[in-house]
Amino acid sequence: MIKLVTAVIKPQMLESVKDGLKSAGVKGITVTEVKGFGRQGGHTETYRGAEYTVDLIPKVKVEIVCSAGDAQLIMDIVRKTAHTGKTGDGKVWIVDVEHLMRVRTGEMGEEAT
Amino acid sequence: MNRPKKLLTAGAFASGLLVLGGDAAWAQAAPISATDVQTNLDNVFVLVSAVLVIFMQAGFALVEAGLTRAKSVANIMMKNLMDFCAGALAFFAIGYAIAFGTEGNDFFGSGGWFLGDGAFQYGTLTVPITFVFQVAFAATAATIVSGAMAERTKFKSYFLYSIVISAVIYPVVVHWNWGGGWLAQLSTPFHDFAGSTMVHMTGGIAALMGAIILGPRIGKYGADGKPRAIPAHNIPYAVLGTFILLVGWYGFNPGSELAADGAIGGIALTTTLAGAAGAITAMLAIWIRSGKPDVAMTANGMLAGLVGITAGTAAVSSVGAVVIGAAAGLIVVAAVFFFERVHVDDPVGAISVHGVCGAFGTICVGLFATEDTDFWQQGLFYGGGSGQLVSQVIGVVAVGAFVAVTAGLLFLIIKGTVGLRVSQEEELAGLDVPEHGAPGYGPDVTPLLAPTPVADHEAAMAVRANS
Repeated sequence: MIKLVTAVIKPQMLESVKDGLKSAGVKGITVTEVKGFGRQGGHTETYRGAEYTVDLIPKVKVEIVCSAGDAQLIMDIVRKTAHTGKTGDGKVWIVDVEHLMRVRTGEMGEEAT
Repeated sequence: MNRPKKLLTAGAFASGLLVLGGDAAWAQAAPISATDVQTNLDNVFVLVSAVLVIFMQAGFALVEAGLTRAKSVANIMMKNLMDFCAGALAFFAIGYAIAFGTEGNDFFGSGGWFLGDGAFQYGTLTVPITFVFQVAFAATAATIVSGAMAERTKFKSYFLYSIVISAVIYPVVVHWNWGGGWLAQLSTPFHDFAGSTMVHMTGGIAALMGAIILGPRIGKYGADGKPRAIPAHNIPYAVLGTFILLVGWYGFNPGSELAADGAIGGIALTTTLAGAAGAITAMLAIWIRSGKPDVAMTANGMLAGLVGITAGTAAVSSVGAVVIGAAAGLIVVAAVFFFERVHVDDPVGAISVHGVCGAFGTICVGLFATEDTDFWQQGLFYGGGSGQLVSQVIGVVAVGAFVAVTAGLLFLIIKGTVGLRVSQEEELAGLDVPEHGAPGYGPDVTPLLAPTPVADHEAAMAVRANS
């Protein structure tokens, strides 16, 4: 069984999360710059004296495909490495992956992780 | 015209290579005199100054691109590129003759069309050097407008405008003063050393008319009529552009001495002090008003100080320069908020920087000129009376009115014929693709090298999907 672990985290925590995952032996991650809002809400900025609201805040999305046995461990690593204790630390979730193939070799399932 | 050649010949003579020149007339030329050296120095200095002023085009392009949105960045760059080109040819063909032609009247010059017979030359400067220096100033006046009309003007309409301002509007204004016209013949002649009024206010007033006739960008004002922030997309561009403009100003102001003489140092000094003072007071004003030292407004402040000192750069003291620059920095912040409040949407602050501070700086000559000279009278603050001040006000009002009427008329005619503003759809999408075909910051495209072979079952899937 293959799982997809997805974490949406603060951009400044990416290095810490990446380092934690690498140390734990994770072989690959995919990172996307995203924007969104949650409990953190937006914030205001000023330009030429006028305030404006930024309600979509930049975040980083980290995706890891792994075997079912590793998923919980990876989730825990993300929790530990992305945690600051303030609102906006993000979320991490796990979903089932139906099929997985390595494009180069055509390997399927566990072998492709 | 032959002065630079003479220098070359002198060098050739010294190295015994004269015979290679093959020009007998030069072989007999008298040894180069001190006057010749001065003449050559004047020409070289003014040409280098002209190049610095032309480099200001790069500064304007970056300031305007930086302070507007990414979706129209190619458009604003294109406007900056083409107002120089259209302006250069228009000024060559007729603008220069209208500005400096000696056969006209006090309001309109004539003679030396296309730099032909009778084309104006100043002092020791050759015709080409005089022209290249002056065309750089014409292009500066023209390009001020693009920022105020940014993100919503049809490119072809802007192109038409830039021809007319460089061919007629700016040259007429210049003729009134630098061309020896009526402002130069007032009992106390109007004095605008390097163009606070002639160049900057002319551009600023044209920008004001353009911004009024266009109307604000979509979304600039809420349903309650309150202005909303439309933030800059690239502050480093804006600051780099501001620094380039500062560097260019060392050609703009000292170069306007039109000779390599002892005055240029003092002019460079007042220019430096006023620009620095303007940035500092604008920074403090916006900091106090909104709680943060806003970068874009501070950059506007430096330019405001530079525009403010341009008229009196040769006439005022160091302290005078600091006061003028500092006041301009405060005025520009107030002016930006004023125009925003009255629904004149000027994305880069061009009207405030060039129009308002240009007028202010020009009037300051009548207040801060330290002594009487052949070119200006002592200002009010130095006990010189109000003679110069009155002439300065007359010049500002006359030029302001002339440019407001002619530029306003021009934009209205363009609006009524080819149209001035892009469609709502184009404005929302950004002008780059609809107006110029491709975005300023497009993605890298790798063209397909060869069709990818598709296996039978995949082809079958595609057929199923399509049916």
